[in-house]
Amino acid sequence: MDSVKATLTTPIFRNNPIALQILGICSALAVTSSLQVTLVMCVALTFVCAFSNLGVSIIRRHIPGSIRIIVQMVIIASLVIVVDQFLKAYAYAISKQLSVFVGLIITNCIVMGRAEAYAMKNPPLPSFIDGIGNGLGYSVVLIAVAVVRELFGAGKLMGFEILPLVTEGGWYNPNGLLLLPPSAFFLIGMFIWALRSVQKEQVEEPDFKMASHTTVREGA
Amino acid sequence: MSSNDSIGKTLTVALLLCVVCSVIVSTAAVMLKPAQELNKSLDRKRNILAAAGMLDETRDVEEQFKQITTRVVDLRNGHFADDVDAQSIDPLKAAKDPARSEALSVDEDIAKIFRREHYTRVYIVEDEQGGVDKVILPVRGYGLWSTLYGFIALESDANTVAGLGFYEHGETPGLGGEVDNPRWKALWPGKKVYRDDEVALQLIKGSVDPDNPNAPWRVDGLAGATLTARGVTNLVQFWLGENGFAPFLDNLRAGEA
Repeated sequence: MDSVKATLTTPIFRNNPIALQILGICSALAVTSSLQVTLVMCVALTFVCAFSNLGVSIIRRHIPGSIRIIVQMVIIASLVIVVDQFLKAYAYAISKQLSVFVGLIITNCIVMGRAEAYAMKNPPLPSFIDGIGNGLGYSVVLIAVAVVRELFGAGKLMGFEILPLVTEGGWYNPNGLLLLPPSAFFLIGMFIWALRSVQKEQVEEPDFKMASHTTVREGA
Repeated sequence: MSSNDSIGKTLTVALLLCVVCSVIVSTAAVMLKPAQELNKSLDRKRNILAAAGMLDETRDVEEQFKQITTRVVDLRNGHFADDVDAQSIDPLKAAKDPARSEALSVDEDIAKIFRREHYTRVYIVEDEQGGVDKVILPVRGYGLWSTLYGFIALESDANTVAGLGFYEHGETPGLGGEVDNPRWKALWPGKKVYRDDEVALQLIKGSVDPDNPNAPWRVDGLAGATLTARGVTNLVQFWLGENGFAPFLDNLRAGEA
């Protein structure tokens, strides 16, 4: 039972797919300017990740090595199309805002990475839980980024006004940069910094040592 | 495990997987199609109502849309084309098809849309006597990053603006994206379009001075979004101009549309 819990919770902070493995960054930049859209994206990715892990795991003993990536892609792509169809039918406004990014879950490295690294070698139930865990790990980062971006970029959360904007007659002058994709880079960078300050074992060994500055004598 | 890699097994697995997945995907697509179509049409109707300033979020959109009549207009001569079924045409698709649209010369194409479709849909709000109360026209044009798609609504004189709204664009949030700001959109109703048969309506830098004699034809620009504002001016001038709906509006005013 302990291992089930560990499978579920490890990816959230200790082995976060975005913060430690640096996977799935592209959608983290694109969909985090509004919290509502982000939440839908998180649910969609968690669903796809869990069920693709489950599917791959069930047939893992029968997947020929030569076409295993294609098999994983077929399963992932089918699930993504189903999710996309559901969103178009039941959450049309949000699916319009997410536009291509739901489709791009197919190429999200987290889903593919978990299918290849975990589900190919483990039984269905742990694989399913691993998928949920990694989906939650992705969600934690995205929600954190989205809260900052929407609150300080647009003065709102979930579309409700929190900080009244100057343009609407309030006092808050929004930071427009936060609504543009590059701001998510800075926020994810700060998230990684904070995480690694607390959990020092996540800090990577430097690839090379920096040389000290050239002295005047050496230069001459 | 090695038997997994035989050609027979590889083909069997691939085939079975494809069949199972295609059944799942096509079932979902077919089952959800009606709900999706409904959403699309509701979304379009909501946008049209919002542009005319008639949208009441608390009421059913279908119910509100009943006061609106959809008609087809032939942009080549500015008359209604009632022999063409409004549901059968797709103006945006037609604009890409040489058989159903015409190319615009660089001078004409101020809104940068390249081709203009032959037939488009307009939406008429009728008053109690069956006359025209408002007319809602589709507009589109290039801003800074993207084509803006929207509707402009005119009062029965076909000269006074009743509202303007965009339902799709990719302008910078907080700058050009402010075209969606309700406070900015509220500046439009009451503005005039034509002066001496020319489209005089345009956006200016800064705020409009109400004492200026030109004020009825001027709308506040968007701070920090000069090019989006220019795009909005261009698309209004194109679609309400000679190559857009001006001939149709002339006919409508004369009661000969």
